[in-house]
Amino acid sequence: MEVTTAAGGAFAYLWLLIGFPLAGAAILLFGGKRTNRWGHYVGTLAVVASAAYAVILLLALMGRSPEERTVVQHIADWIFINKFSASIALQLDQLSMVFVLLITIVGSLIHVYSIGYMKDDPDRRRFFGFLNLFVAAMLLLVLADNYLLLYAGWEGVGLASFLLIGFWQHKNSAAAAAKKAFVMNRIGDVGMSLGIMLIFVTFGSVTFSTVFDQAGEASDTTMTWIGLLLLLAACGKSAQFPLQAWLLDAMEGPTPVSALIHAATMVTAGVYLIVRSGPIFDQTIVASTVVVIIGTITMFLGAFIGSAKDEIKKALAGSTMSQIGYMILAAGLGPVGYVFAIFHLLTHGVFKANLFLGAGSVMHGMKNRENMRRYGALRAAMIVTWLSFMAATFAIMGIPPFSGFWSKDDIIHAAFEHNIIIGICAILAAGFTGFYMTRMLVMTFFGKARWEDDQHPHESPPVMTIPLIILGIGSIFTGIGLLFWGNIETWLEPVTGFETRELAIPAIVLEGITLLVVLVGAAVAIAMYRRSVAVEAPKGNVLVRAARNSMYDDAINDTIAVRPTYWLSRSLVWADRSVIDGIVGGSAAFVGGLSGRMRRLQSGFARSYALAMLGGAILVVVVMLLVRLP
Amino acid sequence: MTSSMLNLPTSIPWLTILGVVPLVGSVVVLLLPRARETMAKQVALAFSLVTLVLTVVLALGFDAASSAPFQFAEKYEWIASLGISYSVGVDGIGLVLIALATILVPIVMLSGWNDVAPGTTGRGTVKGYFALMLALETCMVGVFAATDVFLFYVFFEVMLIPTFFLIGRFGGAQRAYASVKFLIYSLVGGLLMLAALIGLYVVSADVLGQGTFDFMQLVGIDIDPGTEKLLFLGFFIAFAIKAPLWPFHTWLPDAAREATPATAVLLIGVLDKVGTFGMIRYLLPIFPSASQWFAPLVIAMAVIGIIYGALVALGQSDMKRLFAYSSMSHFGFIALGIFVFTSQGMSGSVFYMIAHGLATAALFIVGGYLMSRRGGSSLISDYGGVAKVAPILGGFFMFAALSALALPALAPFVGEFLVLLGTFERYIVIAVIATIGIVLSAAYALRLYQKTMTGPVAPGIDGMKDLGGREFTSLFPVFALTLVLGVIPGIALNVINPAVDRTLTTVGLTDPQPVLTGTEGGQP
Repeated sequence: MEVTTAAGGAFAYLWLLIGFPLAGAAILLFGGKRTNRWGHYVGTLAVVASAAYAVILLLALMGRSPEERTVVQHIADWIFINKFSASIALQLDQLSMVFVLLITIVGSLIHVYSIGYMKDDPDRRRFFGFLNLFVAAMLLLVLADNYLLLYAGWEGVGLASFLLIGFWQHKNSAAAAAKKAFVMNRIGDVGMSLGIMLIFVTFGSVTFSTVFDQAGEASDTTMTWIGLLLLLAACGKSAQFPLQAWLLDAMEGPTPVSALIHAATMVTAGVYLIVRSGPIFDQTIVASTVVVIIGTITMFLGAFIGSAKDEIKKALAGSTMSQIGYMILAAGLGPVGYVFAIFHLLTHGVFKANLFLGAGSVMHGMKNRENMRRYGALRAAMIVTWLSFMAATFAIMGIPPFSGFWSKDDIIHAAFEHNIIIGICAILAAGFTGFYMTRMLVMTFFGKARWEDDQHPHESPPVMTIPLIILGIGSIFTGIGLLFWGNIETWLEPVTGFETRELAIPAIVLEGITLLVVLVGAAVAIAMYRRSVAVEAPKGNVLVRAARNSMYDDAINDTIAVRPTYWLSRSLVWADRSVIDGIVGGSAAFVGGLSGRMRRLQSGFARSYALAMLGGAILVVVVMLLVRLP
Repeated sequence: MTSSMLNLPTSIPWLTILGVVPLVGSVVVLLLPRARETMAKQVALAFSLVTLVLTVVLALGFDAASSAPFQFAEKYEWIASLGISYSVGVDGIGLVLIALATILVPIVMLSGWNDVAPGTTGRGTVKGYFALMLALETCMVGVFAATDVFLFYVFFEVMLIPTFFLIGRFGGAQRAYASVKFLIYSLVGGLLMLAALIGLYVVSADVLGQGTFDFMQLVGIDIDPGTEKLLFLGFFIAFAIKAPLWPFHTWLPDAAREATPATAVLLIGVLDKVGTFGMIRYLLPIFPSASQWFAPLVIAMAVIGIIYGALVALGQSDMKRLFAYSSMSHFGFIALGIFVFTSQGMSGSVFYMIAHGLATAALFIVGGYLMSRRGGSSLISDYGGVAKVAPILGGFFMFAALSALALPALAPFVGEFLVLLGTFERYIVIAVIATIGIVLSAAYALRLYQKTMTGPVAPGIDGMKDLGGREFTSLFPVFALTLVLGVIPGIALNVINPAVDRTLTTVGLTDPQPVLTGTEGGQP
């Protein structure tokens, strides 16, 4: 039995985790120009402080027995009326702890890196304010002890991403991408809102512990609906099919934003939501199957897109979609998969931050251009970036002993335990990963230089390369560390449950097959891109063109949602003027004698008013008497 | 529960004083010499601030735990032969609405400080503008404090006069059309209400032996079902026009477009709430069966309004009309919450009234500042890239847009979520449709932000001045209150909830039980 303890001792200041970055955001955003000179240091310090406190909390939590690792801190009542109440209360347990560590530590590195990356941007202070807001919102999301407060963090993340994606707001494309991200996320939020309502109507509470304790008592249909609604929410934040279209456009933001969105915050929120709601999904085979299917579809969708894009950040975005697809898939597997979904999320958080910051470092040295067809042979010019990028590439491909190997292999294993088809899909997608990551690596760092004439590639300053080095080391060791030293399975087990089943084939064989598929993917990429890369993209076949256009997601959304909505909107604008205003306004004008009497009414205002009132009142009373008042 | 924070002597007629102070201010301002324009403004602002302080005192003296239906009650005979009395008092709902009104008046005065060009003579003078606002404030206090139905009606109608002049004398080019349209609509509603009021009096004379307009006596009187429905309709249409609900809304965009931002805030932020306040205060307790009978109709109107208003807002090329349709969409939420008859829904509605008042203030005031910098144009296409040029203005505009789309941690979210939750408890399908509104509100609010504030700097925007001290001072309290109410809504919910519970008890309805009853609270 889980024991929940009130926050005391080291946990007494739990709210500070969110408080530091929130205060940072407030100082930077409200402080105005005065904070320009030192604002970025404050912003960075705020997140570093949270990270340091998070480590202290981790040690304190490790000092407790596994059953006593759930700590709740009630801060204030929030929304309440009769049976409904949602508090501002934080819950730290093993699951939120690992998220807090990921968010604050990777977040800190991204902040440090941004000091260099945004050095010449006149709005650097505002940028750090938004970054802090992002971190604070994400921390609220993972620390909330109830669904409604989680929702507040959820929307806060949406807001921060809106502000950051549109950070270069003078560009129309950035502003449009920001709006698109928020609105598409709002579609997911419909699921979130309705899910919370259904949870309250069913359980009479929105607090995690109360809901989960009773999860087994509700009907299957109810649980399926709750599960599907929460999945819709997760699809929005985690850019899963069919709400994935915003993610690639989100590349309009400065590169550290992409690192933050893709690695430490935002897209991981959907995975968190599903794993957190595990007790609900465990009750509904339908919803959890849909979760697996959505994850599998997105896994391939992202892999296709990642394999075809020539812009380095967009290719990475495709890879994020695909990797989050893995996590969602794993989360849909239930207790055999929850732990691995989180495990992969953590290792991915490190190596994906590494990849994005690496891409940012490359772009930094290449005048912010991101077309990989114009890269090549950059390894000599930026050795640190190259080496750390390569470590992360091996990690995401799942080459042993790099960190992704451990986590992805576990997911593939769990997928096979569940269903052989899903298992095969997971292996195939690993092959794609091998292909698109090797392609990226080769196109950028190897082969011949295909630079434009004005390019003088150079390595980034230490403030950027040091985070890369740290992340590069992380890309190598996070997996081993979490698995063997951190015992991630037993650590998470009290919260998420953990099951494992025997497979017909030994694990080592499965690992071998996976590795083989990955290497085949890599070999194909090397064969295709090692020698020469056309500066202009070849036309390609139907599939390549589709993938290059992100599988036509915008066209599809436009056709089924955006254009019909605007058409309806325009029709209603017209109808409102000519029909409703005409009918209702016409009758009102008739009763009040508007036509031709405007002048009289204005001049003889009081008299006309009294007269009209009296006349009308008599009329209506007569009518009412006619229909027989008692 | 805590009792009141201040023990106020009951012998003092607090509410009357609260109502009279602005009226006195209005007269004083009018009596000032026409040339002393700045002094007129300062005096007006001072009176509105005194009123605000009095409201704060009253709020501190209000006892949320009290079982009395009305506090600070006063009653004086007025027309005894007709059972009409001057009687006032507030419950939690009236209190928060009075607070909203008295908070917004000084804010809009500050924001509209330079609305009237100095030295204007004729009908639209500076002192006239400010005197009318104060007169309107008296009416607003009166209409929310009245506990006599006839007195309520009087304030309901008298309120039209200052509003009519505020729109008609100080607005834009089409102000005459807009003000008359507003007046006609309101008069038609008022007429129907008067008729129903007389009918109600006849009924009360019949049932009680002695006719009365006293609210407490009218609650729970036994009315023949057919008559009850008719009387309900008389009141309801008046309230639906005032609120306004779909399809009675078409006066609103015109009024919003032509009025000054200050007038628009008072009109949409406060006066329109009289409609939804009337539904809670009068329709439900006096006509409980008819309210239930008509509930499906009202809910339909409300939910159509939510989606319709949001869609039309999305298609607007005019900023002020966009604001108006956005409000209409939100009024749909407010009406919905009332007529689903759950405590969550109704508390959400009342809270939303406050939140929407603040959100409206944010939108119109910051929008007003923006437009005044661009020759008064309200065309969205005249703007672009403003946030780059005027970041503080841009920041407040962002905040206003986020208020409109009900971001969590801002006050509108609390209201909107509670309304949706309260709806979901009884009508799942309706709740699902209404929830789609949150996507549409994000779409129109962010579309507006994107077109005006971001992108390349549009011609005519370059060199636009950022907000000045007065402008900042008028917006900051709106921002702060929206945030405070979004994070600690309890300060308002504490007084709203008991009043809502009492209203629902009068109607005779209780919240649906959670599906898994008996186990709530998490104690196995």
